[in-house]
Amino acid sequence: MASLKALKIRINSVKSTQKITKAMKMVAAAKLRRAQEAAEAARPYAERLEAVVSSIASKVEKGPQAPKLLAGTGKDDVHLFVVCTSDKGLAGAFNTNIVRLARRRAEELRAAGKTVKFYTIGKKGRDQLGRTFKTDIVHSVEPGDLGKLGFVQVQEWASDLTHRFEAGEFDVAHLFFSKFVSVLAQEPTDIQLMPVAVADSAATASVGASVDYEPDEEEILADLLPRNVSVQLLRATRENAASEQGSKMTAMDNATRNAGDMINKLTIQYNRTRQAAITTELVEIISGAEAL
Amino acid sequence: MALHFELVTPERLVRSENVHMVVVPGMEGDFGVLEGHSPMMSTIRSDATVEIYASASAAPEKITITGGFAEVNDKGLTILAESAA
Repeated sequence: MASLKALKIRINSVKSTQKITKAMKMVAAAKLRRAQEAAEAARPYAERLEAVVSSIASKVEKGPQAPKLLAGTGKDDVHLFVVCTSDKGLAGAFNTNIVRLARRRAEELRAAGKTVKFYTIGKKGRDQLGRTFKTDIVHSVEPGDLGKLGFVQVQEWASDLTHRFEAGEFDVAHLFFSKFVSVLAQEPTDIQLMPVAVADSAATASVGASVDYEPDEEEILADLLPRNVSVQLLRATRENAASEQGSKMTAMDNATRNAGDMINKLTIQYNRTRQAAITTELVEIISGAEAL
Repeated sequence: MALHFELVTPERLVRSENVHMVVVPGMEGDFGVLEGHSPMMSTIRSDATVEIYASASAAPEKITITGGFAEVNDKGLTILAESAA
């Protein structure tokens, strides 16, 4: 049995761990509110842009002169997985869930004879994917604090991706991120980033009266499609930021509770040990007195 | 008689309201949008000013926006800008 002193030290150490996890939980809760607002504020733009892209895409002929971002390269041999994670851990299964989804999809595509490459945003994704797909990571970036990420930064990645796409490095790009449903539920999601996926129902619904284009369809599309890529990326990082904080909050709440349980258990053990020591002492005194 | 006008940036929904008229700085020149405007789509000059007339007689409210484009459909006018100040 551990000595009284060792137990005391142990209890104190668990207590300070509990203080830290409690503080981290509070920080996550405060950040969560801001991240959630940002994620929700980004939704209207993404939704409207999507509607506009679908409506214009349905009107433009998918001929050979159509932009690559719309029509695709005509093949689907090489897939690029853009995996958005965070730079920091201590957020429960947040990063693992995204990586797991990406890995599963990659294995499915590999089994079908396709090539899969990775473009990671976030240290954790790079590290976890690096274990199995080390040579397939074409590029990785570190976003730092997801909550402070601006549109300008995201645009840089988007234009990098667009250049790679136009250079023919890959045929289809998928975007992996964690969609924020609620504090307790974050859903790892994948969407097709390039070429633009046009929903048929949305496209036909908005076709009605003839629309005037200024300057013309092609030029608007040339402006619109790269913008769509950056907006989708921005949306993914915003959703990720909110999910990360939500996940962190839950994880830290659990950790705080576990530390509490541990303290209770150790305190009982400490009290028992102390009582045993007292009893032994008493027995010694009494037997000493009897011997006289 | 009002035009439903929305100004959206990636950061937030800046405006969503009913107004009398909006003057949009299109790539090929400014154009005013009133209610019942025919459907159109236009890119926007960067660093240009949008003028919002709440009513026919009111002084216009000016918002500077960068990049983006405007869409007019039967539901109203939507401006998707990169940033608005």
